[in-house]
Amino acid sequence: MGAATPVVELKQITKVFPGIIANDSISFKLHKGEIHALLGENGAGKSTLMNVVFGLYQPEEGSIEVNGEPVIIDSPNRAIELGIGMVHQHFKLVQPFTVTENIILGSEPKKGTRINYKKATEEIRQLSEQYGLQVNPNAKIHDISVGMQQRVEILKTLYRGAEILIFDEPTAVLTPQEISELMEIMKRLVAEGKSIILITHKLKEIMQIADNVTIIRRGKVVDTVKKSETTPQELAEKMVGRNVTFKVDKKPAEPGSVVLEMANIVSNNKEGTAVLQGLNLQVRAGEILGIAGVDGNGQSELIEALTGLRHVDGGTVKLLGQDITNMSPRKITESGVSHIPEDRHKHGLVLDFSVSENMVLETYYKPPFNKGGFLNFDAIDKHATRLVERFDVRTPSIATHARSLSGGNQQKAIIAREIDKNPTLMIAAQPTRGLDVGAIEFVQQQLIAQRDQGKAVLLISFELDEIINVSDRIAVIYEGQIVGEVLPEKTNDQELGLMMAGSTAKRGAAHE
Amino acid sequence: MNNILKAITKDSFVLPIVAIIMGLILGAIVMLIGGYNPIDAYSALLTRVYGDPYDFGEAIREMTPLIMTGMAFAFAARAGLFNIGGEGQFLIGMTAATVVAVQLHGLPAYIHAPLAIIAGAIFGGLWAAIAGFLKAVRGVNEVISCIMLNWIGLYLANFVINHFMLLQGQNRSEDIQPSASIAIMWLSEMMGNARVHWGTAIALAAAVFFYVFMWKTKQGYELRAVGFNQDASKYAGMNVNRNIVKAMFISGMFAGLAGSFEVLGVFQYQSVMASSPGTGFDGIAVALIGLNNPFGIILGSILFGTLTYGSAGMSFSADVPPEIVRIVIGAIIFFIAAQGIVRWVLKPFYAKRKKEKVL
Repeated sequence: MGAATPVVELKQITKVFPGIIANDSISFKLHKGEIHALLGENGAGKSTLMNVVFGLYQPEEGSIEVNGEPVIIDSPNRAIELGIGMVHQHFKLVQPFTVTENIILGSEPKKGTRINYKKATEEIRQLSEQYGLQVNPNAKIHDISVGMQQRVEILKTLYRGAEILIFDEPTAVLTPQEISELMEIMKRLVAEGKSIILITHKLKEIMQIADNVTIIRRGKVVDTVKKSETTPQELAEKMVGRNVTFKVDKKPAEPGSVVLEMANIVSNNKEGTAVLQGLNLQVRAGEILGIAGVDGNGQSELIEALTGLRHVDGGTVKLLGQDITNMSPRKITESGVSHIPEDRHKHGLVLDFSVSENMVLETYYKPPFNKGGFLNFDAIDKHATRLVERFDVRTPSIATHARSLSGGNQQKAIIAREIDKNPTLMIAAQPTRGLDVGAIEFVQQQLIAQRDQGKAVLLISFELDEIINVSDRIAVIYEGQIVGEVLPEKTNDQELGLMMAGSTAKRGAAHE
Repeated sequence: MNNILKAITKDSFVLPIVAIIMGLILGAIVMLIGGYNPIDAYSALLTRVYGDPYDFGEAIREMTPLIMTGMAFAFAARAGLFNIGGEGQFLIGMTAATVVAVQLHGLPAYIHAPLAIIAGAIFGGLWAAIAGFLKAVRGVNEVISCIMLNWIGLYLANFVINHFMLLQGQNRSEDIQPSASIAIMWLSEMMGNARVHWGTAIALAAAVFFYVFMWKTKQGYELRAVGFNQDASKYAGMNVNRNIVKAMFISGMFAGLAGSFEVLGVFQYQSVMASSPGTGFDGIAVALIGLNNPFGIILGSILFGTLTYGSAGMSFSADVPPEIVRIVIGAIIFFIAAQGIVRWVLKPFYAKRKKEKVL
């Protein structure tokens, strides 16, 4: 593509927030028909940069050119006019509306004073066919899968005439199948002449699909490289700024006595359907048991049943031989269970509390934090300072609201809090979701360190690589039951994938 | 104290001030359109309130219940609850205080008055706790139950007065026993018989209690956690339902106290009311102006009380209809709620300042 004018060119963009330079003189070129990945750790400034391109922020310095013309993008509407569309990580869809209604929202085709649904539906159907999206324009959003919803977001940008698509961490919420389908869609898009900026921290995806990669670290461009001339190792090092080992270093496990025993666990949802159907599992001291499974097969329910957040309708949960079935969350915590929750915003943190208040979320009522009914802020702050330092939580101060931290640092804060409770059982649900390589490495090492200290660790993850690399033993969950157990060194993606889709013999890989 | 300093320099302090100024300006514009002189009107308003000791005392009397009902709303709001039932809690607390103050005889003042106040607080609290309990146990939206409890409270209060304590031939209860009065007689005499009472001091103390409880105690921590994020609170082992009932109870106590003060300090009797007095609802406005902060609410009450009480002076000496003040108050609340407008007005003044952003 060489000398051709770039479709988007950023020149020395600088964006400053109080106390931090989010983008420091960043230059970036996107050529027509390429997939350009923007790689960087959480908090490196990728999202800020894209928000500048999409008109949500105004840069302090620098300029933007679209097709060689200098432009000022002062609102998302202006960005859309210029043919820039963004597929957000968190979808912005109206659940009870149909696909068509969502797509035309804000730019409805009119017939007189009425919305011309017929025309809209037809256009959307055509677009969907052109790019192989297979979206049914009349389906309601809450009836379609997450992968489909993302395609609706893509259609939304196309419908508005986007030539340049920005994908913000598009695979974070997708299953492996959906990810490979998305890759196909992206290829189709560029084949049809669109240009794509892909924000990600997943090296695997970049190696699969990107043409060029720009790496950002701490607000600065580290390098721009051709995919064909680089390796994942090199990219990771540039992103993190140091050596990264993909292999998780660990000694063989030395499992001790049984710490957690769940026997014949049954739990029903509100409609009375069993979501856990006689689930059995054991975790021993000094081992990591990984739970593999496709999302929605009872993983969340398993954790809730274990931590007292869900009523168990049958079976027993025992911790070190003691029955903890249906105890209150507080009793269970006190008996030695730590829990890194799946959804850190919903369960893990009170986002409007300061970092230091969050650090005592489960222990605020105990001395030294509670002194005769009053909070002892000296002790709380000291505690928070210690944890922030020990676990390298990057925050302007311990008085900062948890909301202002990047995802990786929020997760670090939770992990710090949970590890510091010195549990006998550590439950880690999706502990690395949405984190970058450096943070993932950190989290995984912490889990292994827990194991080496003789703790029992229960790891639930949708990332097969993580399950295989970190676990000492893998249990596969399917429709609320553990359907099989394998050893990580004696299995592979294929075998696990088949087990996750139901038993090999019963149903094969048939899905949908 | 650090927190207070920080609060003053923050957006949360600047924005309400600007909103108030904008509200006053809007009121002035309305006056101009109506052919009145806004400068005369506002100065008449201020003269009325701060011009002589009697009016000053009466203005304080006007502000006191607003502090309490404002805090009633704010306390629940901090725990994530929308207590729109301050009105009912105010009336039930008032009635409980009246019953104790009228029916008990021969107690010394240092027992009788506190007893009446405590009765008002507890019954106001229990009235609010009904809504909290229904929400916690049955998931009933507190807004709905509070509105219904407001009406039940009004008619229950009237029923109690009508049937047990009615002063013959009058539409009000018998006078309370002098031993239950919390009026400050010596100060009242000094201020030309303005109805000043100990309730004002209690209200200021209650604001300190609010602050300390909410931000310094273990229980306040729980309430705030529940208010911000029920899921995380549950996960952390807090009893969300108990916190909801507790928050409503304490919230209702504030409103109940407001009601007690009106009987014990101001009127010395309770009227049979044709309609709700509205103090509970005014408290919501005050809490909005005060941004649900106890000290902000005191300032909000001063503003609200000044405007309301002074509006009489405005109509008297500047011939401006007192309803204009309602427009001003409405505009202030509007501008506080619609912060975007205020920010837009402020934009040229501090273009440099940016909101705290994700790192």
